Amino acid sequence: MVSAVIETSGLGKAYRRTWALRDCTLAIPEGHVVGLVGPNGAGKTTLLSLAVGLLAPTCGTIEVLGEHPAVGPAQLAQVGFVAQDPPVYARMTVADHLRLGAWLNPGWDGELARQRTGQLGLDPRQRAGSLSGGQRAQLALILALAKRPGLLILDEPVASLDPLARREFLRGLMEAVAERGLSVVLSSHLVGDLERVCDYLIVLVASRVRVAGEVSALLASHRRLSGPRRDPATLPAGQEVIEESHTDKQTVLLIRTGEPVHDPAWTVTPVSLEDLVLAYMSQANGTRARRPQLGVVS
Amino acid sequence: MIEFQLDETSGVATYLQLVQQVRQALRMGMLEPGDQLPTAQQVVAKLAINPNTVHKAYRELERDGLVRARPGLGTFVTRSPSGTDPATQARFLAAMTDWLRSARAAGLGPDDIEAIYRTAFRDCFTEGAA
Repeated sequence: MVSAVIETSGLGKAYRRTWALRDCTLAIPEGHVVGLVGPNGAGKTTLLSLAVGLLAPTCGTIEVLGEHPAVGPAQLAQVGFVAQDPPVYARMTVADHLRLGAWLNPGWDGELARQRTGQLGLDPRQRAGSLSGGQRAQLALILALAKRPGLLILDEPVASLDPLARREFLRGLMEAVAERGLSVVLSSHLVGDLERVCDYLIVLVASRVRVAGEVSALLASHRRLSGPRRDPATLPAGQEVIEESHTDKQTVLLIRTGEPVHDPAWTVTPVSLEDLVLAYMSQANGTRARRPQLGVVS
Repeated sequence: MIEFQLDETSGVATYLQLVQQVRQALRMGMLEPGDQLPTAQQVVAKLAINPNTVHKAYRELERDGLVRARPGLGTFVTRSPSGTDPATQARFLAAMTDWLRSARAAGLGPDDIEAIYRTAFRDCFTEGAA
């Protein structure tokens, strides 16, 4: 049995009367690279902040690597966290950051830190404030990796990077996963950023988890159906409609199902991860309501 | 050693693209029994993909008996895909070319031909491929 790196039950966080996260029940298995995807303001940062113990839940429970977040030094040492906007000190040099990391973290891997800084061509004497955005993000990643965590949590790590820096960053992250087999949770408002690297996906929209699971299982259980116009209520049990659109002649559906679709009236095609995520997002936004019918002249 | 490429617009799962590229390389003789596949580390460093994706692709190739993982050494090609006898392949290629020529002579365009092929292909291999 694979144990869970993050396990939540009925987890919620409210600011005054507004829920930032609600009814969140998840069990993220070990050894995955998990993408937490949702629009801005969906609750991603709240969930990640709860996971690292920067926030306390309003209701429900959360366990990270089997313990309460930030319950003690041993738990803290096991979890690496890179906050949004790479958390480095502008006036300190690269070498200062590594010294600080070594001083604050008992399990510090100085060799790894030196090696990665060298590979990236970061000058130890340079101040963090004069590094490029991509280099600052890489420095923050090095600090998080060198503490040798079992779980690494990154909040929107590539949002502010240009496409090349983005690719470089994810490459560095994936090499670390290949080397040490750590679990990773990273958030983004764009699934395209994460498509190559994630093998587990959580879609969070308007404070609620819409869908979560292994990417291969999600792709295998969702299909796009197109065919002559039809009322989705007439679909067999077990075919859940996530998204629908109709013209006067045609119906296109995105469904979730455990079974192959045999109805010959449908043209069945697989969906991409991006289609799947967008379908769940528009469902949550309430835009699932039927569009005005085209081509009807009154 | 081969180098993997990714086509992000193909809609084909990343691990399947890796599997298909190895099979293709075997068929074309770019890989032969005894050759080593790139390590997960090397693939990840080039493509910035999840190492689990590489492991999954190699496991699938191993299940098919095409490669074998030797702990600590790497993953090596054990044999070429079966049913790829060149004479048989050539025979079907010739038959397909004849068929395409006659379809074109009958006035079918590329789209018509592709639609017919896709329908026949689907009837023959219902689902399963996705």
